Amino acid sequence: MSDIKDIIKEENLVYKKTKVLTDNVMHYCPGCSHGVVHKLIAEVIEEMGIQEKTIGISPVGCSVLAYNYLDIDWQEAAHGRAPALATAVNRLYPEKYVFTYQGDGDLASIGAAEIIHACNRGENIVVFFINNAIYGMTGGQMAPTTLPGMPTSTSPYGRDVKMSGQPLVITELIAQLPGTNYVTRQAVHTPAAVRKCKKAIRKAFENIGQKKGTSFIEVVATCNSGWKLNPVKSNEWMVENMFPVYKPGDLKDE
Amino acid sequence: MAEYKLMKGNEVIAEAAIRCGCDAYFGYPITPQSEILETLTLRQPWLETGMVVLQAESEVAAINMVYGGAACGKKVMTSSSSPGISLKQEGITYLAGAELPCLVVNVVRGGPGLGTIQPAQSDYFQAVKGGGHGDYKLIVLAPASVQEMNDFVDLGFELSFKYRNPAMILSDGIIGQMMEKVKLSPVKPRWTDEEVIKLNGSWATTGKTADRPRNIATSLELDSARQEQFNHKLQAKYKEIQEKEVRFEKIACDDAEYLFVAYGSSSRICQKAIDLAREKGIKVGLLRPITLFPYPTKAIQEMAEKVKGILAVEMSAGQMVEDVRLAVNGKVKVEHFGRFGGMIPSPNEVVKALEDLIIKG
Repeated sequence: MSDIKDIIKEENLVYKKTKVLTDNVMHYCPGCSHGVVHKLIAEVIEEMGIQEKTIGISPVGCSVLAYNYLDIDWQEAAHGRAPALATAVNRLYPEKYVFTYQGDGDLASIGAAEIIHACNRGENIVVFFINNAIYGMTGGQMAPTTLPGMPTSTSPYGRDVKMSGQPLVITELIAQLPGTNYVTRQAVHTPAAVRKCKKAIRKAFENIGQKKGTSFIEVVATCNSGWKLNPVKSNEWMVENMFPVYKPGDLKDE
Repeated sequence: MAEYKLMKGNEVIAEAAIRCGCDAYFGYPITPQSEILETLTLRQPWLETGMVVLQAESEVAAINMVYGGAACGKKVMTSSSSPGISLKQEGITYLAGAELPCLVVNVVRGGPGLGTIQPAQSDYFQAVKGGGHGDYKLIVLAPASVQEMNDFVDLGFELSFKYRNPAMILSDGIIGQMMEKVKLSPVKPRWTDEEVIKLNGSWATTGKTADRPRNIATSLELDSARQEQFNHKLQAKYKEIQEKEVRFEKIACDDAEYLFVAYGSSSRICQKAIDLAREKGIKVGLLRPITLFPYPTKAIQEMAEKVKGILAVEMSAGQMVEDVRLAVNGKVKVEHFGRFGGMIPSPNEVVKALEDLIIKG
């Protein structure tokens, strides 16, 4: 058996963590999609060489501490207001790469007005919308995107559509707005999906450079803690139940 | 050559913003302050100085745009009137918690609720005692003339950047709507991006360069011990502001036997009331707080040693009077006189209140 120290050499390196990702230990649950999406954004920022020009806006929710993980300047927004902050940053620094990173409660519930109007104005930003159909941070409450019949801590008998309405499929709505240029729905549950998602992220950031208006990337995501499933089962559940409502693919690409 | 103009208080806020090198204004229409946004969109300063002017989808969005701009290290502002300022409280407490400088203008109207569109001074508690959640303070300036509406825009920005704290101009529907002669401020250029980095680069999100750690604008600190420590830091800042930035004006106080304490529009009414009272042989003066936080507590304490009684005059059911009483601490009689709900007291009413509540009472 050869010593591991003999194997760890520059010429044997097949994978290296991007320097845009900090060394801080992530607080996300094992199996959570956030870590993968963070990594993809960090890689794209490094590959495009835009670390000094990128400003992230983090939300309220599980990713409230996103600023601990990507080594760029960040603003932490009040719940749902990230698109308003991003609007100002975009107007005041039109040459910067500005993105918001928001969950389903943040973007589709309390921040519905801010996201609609920012997208309608065509702010030259990227919006990341992580949709796991639940409020993760506060302990698994019903979200605007919770599926019919899906149990959560505030819909313990399953979402009753008579009481709470159907899930809000906001990305389809966003795609109707003339200010948006690129609207896509991705996932990160398989290596193929991860590669596809990264391409979408790259395209969205390149759109900023070309001043194309708002690029909007929904990532259909898992919340194994909130869903009370292990990571593998979560991925299976997502494909089976989330994808029919939140269908992966491009909604708009101009 | 100084430039003089006859202008509305609201219009001059817009003009002063452009002239002092403001980078962005984010607003939403509400009476009686809509002329600020109207004047700015008519003037199109983006063609002249590059200043951003944007009508937001709501007051909530507007104040959060202010947060985004302020965190960039730029001079940004918003304005509204009472119900809109209530909506902005979320953003204001986040700005205070993230220690971001900005200017908020409140052209106060009567409340509570939708209330009236007529002038009032019933937002004193909201402006001075908090408004949003948590232990924080705003730097609050109270203009009593169109000239001060002009002057306090620049002063508000200066103080807010000096202390990295939101500043508020607490005006009202009278000052906002009335026209007076005003000496306009000289034009100052906007900061260049290089100047922003030089002045505010230690905290502003200007883009992380290799030579510094990333800057994060946040009010979140989950560790209680560290959150307490941060609150101590804020309190130390407020104490410093209290020690260094008190501003007030004294009128006819040298021989005064009685004292009015009034700010903004009420102080103008009190000036006329002083003339009327003195014609009757009543020696009354006026102490006008210009900063409401920090409050001129010591100046009022000193006057309490000299006068027989103090009347706090405000267009509210009695808010600032509490701070007068705290300053006086029982030394002499303190009473409140106010009209409210959009009603404005006449100078005669004020003199009568002085006679009834303080002299005879």
